[in-house]
Amino acid sequence: MTLAADGLAWNPVDDVHQMFALHFMVNAYRAGTIVAVIAGAIGWFMVLRRQSFAGHTLAVVSFPGAACAIWLGLSATIGYFAASIAAALVIAVVPRSSSERARSEESAVIGTVQAFALACGALFVSLYGGFLDSLTGLLFGTFLGISNGQVVALGAVAVVVLAVLAVLARPLFFATVDPYVAVARRVPVRALSIVFLVLLGCTAAEVSQITGALLVFALLVMPAAAAQQITARPAASFVVTIVVAVAITWLSLGVAFFSVYPVGFYVSTFGFAVYVAAAAGRASANRLRRRPARGTRPGPRMVVGA
Amino acid sequence: MPEPASADATGGGSAVLFKDAAVRLGGRSIWSHVDLDVGRGQFVAVLGPNGAGKSTLIKAILGMVPLAEGSVTVLGGSPGSTGRDIGYLPQRRNFDPSLRIRGIDVVRLGSDGDRWGLPIPGGARLFADRRAQSRRVDEVIELVGASSYAHRPIGEVSGGEQQRLLIAQALVRRPRLLLLDEPLDSLDLPNQASVAGLISTISKEHGITVLIVAHDVNPIVSSLDGVVYVAQGHAVSGAPEDVINSATLSTLYGTTIEVLRSSGGRLVVVGHPEAPAHHADRHTGRTR
Repeated sequence: MTLAADGLAWNPVDDVHQMFALHFMVNAYRAGTIVAVIAGAIGWFMVLRRQSFAGHTLAVVSFPGAACAIWLGLSATIGYFAASIAAALVIAVVPRSSSERARSEESAVIGTVQAFALACGALFVSLYGGFLDSLTGLLFGTFLGISNGQVVALGAVAVVVLAVLAVLARPLFFATVDPYVAVARRVPVRALSIVFLVLLGCTAAEVSQITGALLVFALLVMPAAAAQQITARPAASFVVTIVVAVAITWLSLGVAFFSVYPVGFYVSTFGFAVYVAAAAGRASANRLRRRPARGTRPGPRMVVGA
Repeated sequence: MPEPASADATGGGSAVLFKDAAVRLGGRSIWSHVDLDVGRGQFVAVLGPNGAGKSTLIKAILGMVPLAEGSVTVLGGSPGSTGRDIGYLPQRRNFDPSLRIRGIDVVRLGSDGDRWGLPIPGGARLFADRRAQSRRVDEVIELVGASSYAHRPIGEVSGGEQQRLLIAQALVRRPRLLLLDEPLDSLDLPNQASVAGLISTISKEHGITVLIVAHDVNPIVSSLDGVVYVAQGHAVSGAPEDVINSATLSTLYGTTIEVLRSSGGRLVVVGHPEAPAHHADRHTGRTR
């Protein structure tokens, strides 16, 4: 499914111009930007809360949701959201405790849900007689044919999710970093955990629509994990997360437009590259810090307060 | 009768006052008939074997555990109504070494972590209360001697340094009562001594009432005003020498207990029942 009929002109201005002349590419960038911002914001909290596994499951669950919706003749968008939010509520019911046993029990439950969801997705795809193309799209992402309506839906959900997150942000941060003191300060830690899982479900459903169900991690985890390596200042790493997520998405859509490979591959590859660079940068900054006689350290301050 | 007068009648001079109090959790009596009076500005240790209900005592003061009988008055009010005036350091394990959040951020959460909404970026330049807040955060970090590592990720600093930052977090709202649950646990001996010294200095110089749960009384015994000893479903309280002696502890445990003093002045309690699993049944009058 190569799109770049005219090929790459190797002239950036012409190439970008050519890309944005196509309405579906404009919509892809609109949707991608919305998804990147929300994935960065929610992903930052998810990484801090060590709930990446839950996030992955919510994304995987969106695959049978979307497949089932298509089979029933509904919009895939509805399927993505319904499945992810329902799964978020199921995971929220499993008591989350700090004890090791409860934690492993939680991951066992989540793993079971995840395997079953993938199996159901495969069934629904067979039921509606899906082609390999659409299966690849559901699992590994596509940026083709995003309608104006879809962009509006993505944007509306993102606005609601970000508004709720803005209200909850500080107590949620408190409950994440220091749950015992937060409980004593009457912060509703349990309720926050449930609301956050629902927000995570909405986000996973949104991101799945661009990166595919299996590669949601690329936008949800990698930017946040990289940013938290770069700086330990909460506000700064939050902003870096969103900037990285948006940059990865824009770059990936551009590259995917001129190549034949799925967009999810590029998002994951660039995300992985940023993470490796951030981790390597931090490691070398730590090494430099241990040899302070070397004079001023070049480049950005990798470890704040060093 | 106006409110303040009734508060006075129930212990205006006390920071914490238990009257014939009992706590039951899951049908099991933790302790009962507890009378306790901690005067304002006192430095008091809560001692006793594992599982005796020391943390439960702290949680009852916080209003996180309801009393089954009796009453408790905290700073002249009911527990839970005076949250802003209480600093609390829960019993805990250390922070995850990979947690990439600075110590100063954890301290600041003690100040505004329970507020909804987001702080406006750069608000410290615009609003006086935000400036006052960040000054206060710097002040308590200075007070506990954590300035040199408060900007490092909290997971990367040592256990003793984490404990100092958490004491700063508990102090940031200028509490009148400080509840510390095993702050010396999991620290090595030099750190135990220095953190204990810090806590006693805070209590004396700032007039803060401190209740400290401890396994070992020795690092703090020299600066204590009082001791609460919880064991066998009861508690006795009083001056350290009146509680930590063979006669009082033998009566509390209902068996012969010896308190020895080493040549270095350290107190050793001998005959401690280390496995107190059976004691609760004696007071509920039934077996589970």
